Amino acid sequence: MNETTNFNDIFRQEADELLFEIEEAVLEIEENPDDKEAINRIFRAVHTIKGSGGMLGFTRVAQFTHTLETVLDTLREGRLTVDKNLINLILRSRDHIKSILDSTSGVGEIDPDQEKILLTQLNDLIPLDDDKNAQYESGNGQEETLSKYSPKESIYRITFKPGKDIFRTGTDPGLLIEELKSFGDHNIILHYKNIPSIDVLIPDECYLSWDIILTTSQTADDIKDVFIFVEDNCELTIDIVDELIEGDDYKEVKKIGEILVERQVISEEDIKSTLNDQKRLGELLIEKNKVDYDTIETALAEQTQIKKTREKHREEIKASSLRVTSEKLDSLVDLVGELVTVQARLSQFSSVMDHSELLSIAEEVEKLTTELRDNTMDIRMMPIGTIFSKFKRLVRDLSSDLGKSINLLTEGAETELDKTVIDRLDDPLVHLIRNCIDHGIETPSVRKENGKQETGTIKLSAVHKGAYVVITIKDDGAGLNADAIKEKAIEKGIIQREAVLSEKQIYELIFTPGFSTATTVTNISGRGVGMDVVKRTIVSLRGSIELDSSPGQGTMITLKLPLTLAIINGLLVSIADTCYILPLATVEECVELTQENSDQSHGSNLLNVRGEIVPYIRLRDHLNIEGKRPNLEHIVITDVQDKRIGFVVDKVIGGHQTVIKALGPAFKYVREVSGATILGDGKIALILDVNALMLFKEH
Amino acid sequence: MSKVIMAVDDSTSIRQMVGFILRDAGYEVIEAIDGQDGVNHLLNNSGIDMIITDLNMPNMDGIELIKQARAMPKYKYIPIVMLTTESQDNKKQAGKAAGATGWIVKPFQPDQLLAVIRKVLR
Repeated sequence: MNETTNFNDIFRQEADELLFEIEEAVLEIEENPDDKEAINRIFRAVHTIKGSGGMLGFTRVAQFTHTLETVLDTLREGRLTVDKNLINLILRSRDHIKSILDSTSGVGEIDPDQEKILLTQLNDLIPLDDDKNAQYESGNGQEETLSKYSPKESIYRITFKPGKDIFRTGTDPGLLIEELKSFGDHNIILHYKNIPSIDVLIPDECYLSWDIILTTSQTADDIKDVFIFVEDNCELTIDIVDELIEGDDYKEVKKIGEILVERQVISEEDIKSTLNDQKRLGELLIEKNKVDYDTIETALAEQTQIKKTREKHREEIKASSLRVTSEKLDSLVDLVGELVTVQARLSQFSSVMDHSELLSIAEEVEKLTTELRDNTMDIRMMPIGTIFSKFKRLVRDLSSDLGKSINLLTEGAETELDKTVIDRLDDPLVHLIRNCIDHGIETPSVRKENGKQETGTIKLSAVHKGAYVVITIKDDGAGLNADAIKEKAIEKGIIQREAVLSEKQIYELIFTPGFSTATTVTNISGRGVGMDVVKRTIVSLRGSIELDSSPGQGTMITLKLPLTLAIINGLLVSIADTCYILPLATVEECVELTQENSDQSHGSNLLNVRGEIVPYIRLRDHLNIEGKRPNLEHIVITDVQDKRIGFVVDKVIGGHQTVIKALGPAFKYVREVSGATILGDGKIALILDVNALMLFKEH
Repeated sequence: MSKVIMAVDDSTSIRQMVGFILRDAGYEVIEAIDGQDGVNHLLNNSGIDMIITDLNMPNMDGIELIKQARAMPKYKYIPIVMLTTESQDNKKQAGKAAGATGWIVKPFQPDQLLAVIRKVLR
C-alpha cells in the first residue's frame, strides 16, 4: 500500500461525494432557477474536483472540469440563464467526469465523442471574451499520469553472441547477462549448439550465445550501454518485440509464427504450408528443418514473456485488497507450521514404506505445502515504510524541542518484512533515532563552527540481502567519542583501566547494560537503559546490530534482520544420530572432510577449498558429543557476514522445511542454539545459530 | 575475501583518488607508479584480480603493460580497465587490441569507476 494509491483513493472518494452534491444542487436549481446558493455549491464542487484532480495527476479530469467551471462561473455572474438545456448539459458533464474517474480505476471506458460534444456545447456558452480562460493549463501538459505502469515498459529481444576470443580481453559475458537481468523480468535462452566436440575444442574460446527476452522500462540505449566494452567484439541485436500500451493487455499475444516471420528466419509461405498439418507448429518447423530447435525455443520464450507481462498488468488493475486481523494470520501460520510438520512425517513414512503410489502422493503434498507456506509467508509481509513514515514526525518534533535542525531521509520504504518483525522493530528504531537526534547531531551553531551544513541529516534505509533485510541508520553528526566511552566504562566498572580495546570494541561497550554517556540526562535519551535493550530486542529477532562511527563525520548503525520468524529453509545434518538444522540461507556448499585432510591441517582446523582457506569448527567437539568420529566427515560451508566458515558434521541429510519453535526460558543462556524443530519421525532437531558459533570461533 | 585491484598511474593524485575510492568500496588496492612498476608487481604478486591502468606513462606505457600482463598465464583472463581521455581514441583502440577489457574516460565520478568495476569483476 503506497502513499500515492492512498491519495488517489481518497481523491476518488471525495470526487464521488462532490459529484453527488452537484447532482443534488442541479436538481434544486431546476426547481428554483434563482437559487444563487445552489449555483455556488455546484461551482465550488466543480472547482474542488478540478484543483485536487490537477494536483494528483488526474489531468484529464482537470482539463474537462476546467471548461465546465468556466461555464458555471459565467452562470454565477448572471451572464447565463438557467434553462432546461443548461441543466441537461451540467448533468451530462457531471456524468462524464464520473466516467473519466471510473476509467482511471479500471471500470468502464471514456467515450471520446461524448467528451467532444460536451466540450463544444460548453464552449458555446462561454462568452467570446472569456475564451482565453477556456484552455486548461496543466503543469506539464502530460496525459493521464495515473497509469500504473509508467514509465512505459517494453519487451525487448536481445541476441548476444560474443566473439570467440572474448575471454582473452578479460571479459566475463556472464556478468553482462547478470547486469541485464537486473533490468527487469527476463527469460534467457542459452545456445550451446556451437560447442565443438572435445578433440577440437579450444578451452579459452567462447562458443556460447544468448537470447534474452527482457521486460523493462529502460530504453534500448540503456541496454546497449551494458555491452559498451564488447560492442565491436560481438554480434548484438536489440529489438522491441512488444510495447505495452494501455488497454493492449487483452489483445492477442503474437503467434509464434508471426514472431519468426518478423525475425526473418522464415517466410510466411513456410508457415502457411506448415500450418496445414495438424501437429504443433514449432515441432513441425523443426522436423522440416526450416528452423532449428534453439530458435523455436527463443520464440516460445518470447511469447511466454509477453503473456506473463500482460497478465501481470491485468492483475495489477484487478487487484483489490481485503482487511484481515493479524490474529487470523498468526493462526494461519501456526496451522501451516503444523501442516509442514505432518507433511514431513508423511514423506518420511512413505519413503520407509517404499510404496510408489504413496510416494507420489507424498511428493504432491510436499509441493503443495511448500507453495502454501510461501504464500502464507508472503501475506504476512509488510513494507517497512509503514513505520518509516511516523519517524518523520518524531524527528520534526524532537529536533525543534532541542533547537536543532534535522532532515530525515528515508530509502527503501517498500522493502518488505514479516509483520511480527516490523512490530517489534518499532521501539528499537525509535530509540536509535532519538539517540541520533539527541547525541549525534550537533546544534546548528556547533555545526557551523565545524564547517558543516547547519541542518543535520539522518538517513534511514532498508534493503534486501538474501534471507535478511538490512536497515541502516546513518547521521552526519559528531560521531562517537571513543575516549569518553572508555572513560565512562571504566568509571562504571564495566572494563578495567588497563584493558586494551580496539575502537570497534569500545563502541560495542555502549550496548552493555547500565551504560550512558550523556553528562546530563535529557528526557529524550540518555538514561542508559536504551542500547542494551535495543540489542536484546534485535538479537531476540535472530538479527544482529553493528555500529560504526568516525569522529566529526557521524555514526552508522546497521541492523540485520531475518525476513521471517516462523518457517525457514534448513539443512538437516546429523552428528552421532542426533539431528541439527543449519539455516539454508547461510549455506554455501558441502564438502567432504577425509581423515587425510584433517590430518594435513595439523589441528589448525583450516581447510583448503579450491585455493581459499576456510576455517572450520568441529561441532562434535564444540557440542561435547561423545562417540567415535566416522572416517568420512562432511563440512557444511556457510557464509556469515561475508566470512566463510565450515561446520564439521557426520552426515548431511538434506533440505528441510523448518518450523521454528522457540526454546523455553530455561535455555536463554544457550547461545549456539536459536530454536528447535520437530522432524518427520517426531524427533527434535536443534537449530544452530551460525552467527553465534562463528563469534565463538573468532574469540 | 576482498578482491585485489592494481591501480597503475604516474600521477600521484590520480593513484590516490582511485585508491581511496576502491578501498572505500571494500577492495584491496596495490598502487604502481608506471607500467614497469606494474609488471614488477604482477611478477611478485600472485593474487591480483584486476588492473586499472593509465595509458600515458614514463618507462613503460599502459599498452605495453597490458600486452605483458596478457602474456603471463596468470593474468591472461583478468579484467583490465584503462583510463583514457576523450582525445585518445586511437590509444583506446590500441589498448583494446592489446587485450584491455574496458575503459573509463577521465575525468570520472567515483560512482562511474565503481560501476565499471562491477561490470567486469566478480
